[in-house]
Amino acid sequence: MTNTLRSLVLEASMKRRLLLVLVVGALLFASPLFAQSAPEIPYDSAPNLLKLPDHLYLGEAVGVATNSKGHIYVYTRTGSVNATLGTNRVFVRSAARLFEFDQTGKYVREIGQGLYGLVFAHTVRVDPQDNIWVVDEGSNMVIKFDPDGHVVMTMGRKPEAITIPAAPAPGAAAGSPAGEGGARPANNGAGVPGDNFNRPTDVAWDSAGNIFVSDGYGNSRVAKFDKNGKFIKSWGTRGTEPGQFNTPHSIAVDAQGNVYVGDRGNKRLQVFDNDGNPKAQYTNVGAPWAVCITPGPHQYLYSSNSNGTADFDNGEIYKMELDGRIVGKFGTAGKQLKEFGSVHEIDCRKENEIYVGEITNWRVQKLTLHPDKVETSRTSAAR
Amino acid sequence: MKRGFGLSVLLVLFAASSLAQQGAPSPAKAFATAPDIPYDSAPNFLKLPAGLYLGEAVAVATNSKGHVFAYTRSGEASRLFEFDQNGTFVREIGQGLYGFQMAHAVRVDSQDNIWAVDEGTDMVIKFNPQGRVIMLLGRRPESHGFVPTTPVDRAARAKPYTFGRPTDIAWDASGNIFISDGYTNSRVVKYDKNGKFIKDVGSFGTAPGQFNTPHSIATDAQGNVYVADRGNRRIQVFDNDLNYKTSYDNVGAPWSVCITPGPHQYLYSSNSYPDNNNSNAFNVTGEVYKMELDGTVLGKFGKAGKQLKEFSTIHAMDCRNENELVVGEITSWRIQKITLHPQVQTSSR
Repeated sequence: MTNTLRSLVLEASMKRRLLLVLVVGALLFASPLFAQSAPEIPYDSAPNLLKLPDHLYLGEAVGVATNSKGHIYVYTRTGSVNATLGTNRVFVRSAARLFEFDQTGKYVREIGQGLYGLVFAHTVRVDPQDNIWVVDEGSNMVIKFDPDGHVVMTMGRKPEAITIPAAPAPGAAAGSPAGEGGARPANNGAGVPGDNFNRPTDVAWDSAGNIFVSDGYGNSRVAKFDKNGKFIKSWGTRGTEPGQFNTPHSIAVDAQGNVYVGDRGNKRLQVFDNDGNPKAQYTNVGAPWAVCITPGPHQYLYSSNSNGTADFDNGEIYKMELDGRIVGKFGTAGKQLKEFGSVHEIDCRKENEIYVGEITNWRVQKLTLHPDKVETSRTSAAR
Repeated sequence: MKRGFGLSVLLVLFAASSLAQQGAPSPAKAFATAPDIPYDSAPNFLKLPAGLYLGEAVAVATNSKGHVFAYTRSGEASRLFEFDQNGTFVREIGQGLYGFQMAHAVRVDSQDNIWAVDEGTDMVIKFNPQGRVIMLLGRRPESHGFVPTTPVDRAARAKPYTFGRPTDIAWDASGNIFISDGYTNSRVVKYDKNGKFIKDVGSFGTAPGQFNTPHSIATDAQGNVYVADRGNRRIQVFDNDLNYKTSYDNVGAPWSVCITPGPHQYLYSSNSYPDNNNSNAFNVTGEVYKMELDGTVLGKFGKAGKQLKEFSTIHAMDCRNENELVVGEITSWRIQKITLHPQVQTSSR
């Protein structure tokens, strides 16, 4: 697009300069869905949000969620010890841990210390009854804790044994499910019906309590279960067509029960009805690493076009109407306060007070948005 | 009895011939001419609480108060300990940290932030003086499902923000960060003080600006960068934009380098006894050189060995004080505080 514009402008300088510049200008201002024109939403980040006790540290802060009291749950890649293969040698490594903080960031407790299924954290979500759900892509499990921190339901099963193969051949396909807890039948990403997850990524619920799991790196599907964990159906295979996925990485459900899937590898949000029928896709907000939907009568959708873990590209978060119209955006990649190091999960229980967990900065930030202070010039231009 | 003796002789002969085949390393070019600097080592410098042990003491640094930070390869991954200026144990920092696996270096910057370089997780971790993590560079490879599903592509490891067994860190006066990277990459990377990539230099090789294990790094007050190119047995000097300036090849294999503060800066470089226990190197390695920044050798001290005042593979040196060095050794699991007496220096032997 930029190149096209540039050549247009160059041509204009040779020929009918004034007219074409006007046309280009009109194109720029007349496309409200064009992400680059989204107004910037001013925001702050609370310094030193989480107060950890001595000798407790976050690792990669891939999972963050709040409950109805504002307590903050962080599911992080760190902690108790496992034997594992590192770059090319066997190391002892830490696993995943789930910490709870109160609404002021004060440490409350650890949940599930040493739990069998806490291996390699991916996300944590809190449902309307304040149950805490973790999604673990190492154990291939989704685990439901009640508000007291006791396990009340498990989905998927951790593989009994692991093999430690030789280092993968150079050039082997990235994201290959090889080595995922032993042999699995080759499939097209549809997965086996049921809760045989393969590196699942996220969980969401509709108002009836039905459970939707984005699954995941190994499978390429969304699986729907009733509130008791009974399999209803799943949809999706690996690919780029509507209804197909390339790493469904994040998932959210609106009040009508529509399902929004962050189809990260395809750089699009896909919207399905409650039965998994494709409704729409939004392709103008980059790669949706993390999505969330606000509660209340007027719901908004946030989606993070996160920077990669080895670059500073992108990093902005979009605020959207549920129909895909962009309301605004904020944030950029970096390591300082207010900057983002690969945002991996967003909590937006409150529309203007959202929490983000970052992979590479090992940090959770509480962001206060000031949409009332949006730069009016760009807003009016976009409208 | 007799038969056993014969077997022993055979074994000794076999061992000797196999060592001869390995060849004796040559001494550093400056070894014969550099004057010896008299020195002492403080006995039992670090006092560890009962039940706490150092492993390989690969990394040591001091802060502005003289506190000593030791980053050690210990039983449970790697651990970072703080001691006061008297060697009394203060605390552990980063216990169980996700980024701690295989210690390589620790350095303290001018604001007393503590930076750990870990070659097992390919990470550089910045702690504030209170011991909380405040910045991270690099990323530990994922190991979900217990195996790295992301193929280890050595070329890709040298991406701007991805290290390949990094070795050491230094800063210039404006806070820019320089990282020697490392065993599998062969480069030096420069970041701004906020961790934003600026540029890198180097590839594997022997030409100027190339490296064979850049193992240690230091900067002077002018912002020049001194890289211990250990495998090539030379110290390479670059300007602040990482343009090659010169190299010093007369002080053996530089395992560790450091530069003193103050108006007249000195460069120390350790030609350490190799950690492969090749006893042929015993008499020609183990010494530390004191140099002017232009490479002029002023003197040397130390020799290989396991006793106090001897060095068994120095892996890190701190020279915040010109005549009071703190050195960490791999194979002796020990940190020594060395006091130099250059004023009583004898003439060249």
